[in-house]
Amino acid sequence: MIPTSHMLVFSLILFTIGMVGVLTRRNAIIVMMGIELMLNSANINFIAFSRQLGDLAGQVFSIFTIVVAAGEVAVGLAIILALYRNKDTINVDEVNIMKG
Amino acid sequence: MAPSAIVFYMLASMCVVSALMVVTRRNPIHAALFLVLAFFCVAGIYVVLSAEFLAAVQVLVYAGGIMVLFLFVIMLVPLDAGPARPPARHIAGSLLLAGLVAGSLITFFWNALETRPGEGVEPLTAGGGNIETVGMELYQRYLLPFEIASVLLLVAMVGAVVLARKKT
Repeated sequence: MIPTSHMLVFSLILFTIGMVGVLTRRNAIIVMMGIELMLNSANINFIAFSRQLGDLAGQVFSIFTIVVAAGEVAVGLAIILALYRNKDTINVDEVNIMKG
Repeated sequence: MAPSAIVFYMLASMCVVSALMVVTRRNPIHAALFLVLAFFCVAGIYVVLSAEFLAAVQVLVYAGGIMVLFLFVIMLVPLDAGPARPPARHIAGSLLLAGLVAGSLITFFWNALETRPGEGVEPLTAGGGNIETVGMELYQRYLLPFEIASVLLLVAMVGAVVLARKKT
């Protein structure tokens, strides 16, 4: 029997790794991969609590999370493509045209 | 230790290692392939946690669709367009921030779990998969959110096409 706390700690580790990826990497594609890792860790939390509480709502919400993640990736990667076409870079530090 | 627990810890450690590779590899293609491995590990963990339908969805949507999209964009954008190593103070700052978030979440979980009974309950449905029960829940109680999700996907599709289209 796997305690729920172990799953929570695992998803916490995954979330932290994704967050470090988002914060340290300057490549916009890898920043999006970090966001995907964070979304996955949230899903694991949903499933863990759905199992502990015996309620299927957690699994249904995970499906919605996956739907939103798919839409987010499609739009985000399209933005990265448009960014590369317009500015010839995908370095998130160089995209500071709005900076005063 | 139960077999399912052994499988869980193996998959979890594999997932953590490949997630670490995702955020440390310089080459985006290597990062994408390690991300596929991480997604497959998460799908295996879903099976251990008796969420078979979600495991299938995870493999189809994440490992299938989303990763193909990632690889496609990596191929379209030249590798040297990406930046080099970030400055050390960025890494130190973000590690500090991540540690703070992890610490606060651990204390939060600790307090929440100590007062919470019923840890490690039995699987939701004994025997055959839970696809039927999830489907019933999805189409009865959560019908409206389900339809809204389909509209969201349509909007995302149109938006992605408009954004990625070449200007004529």
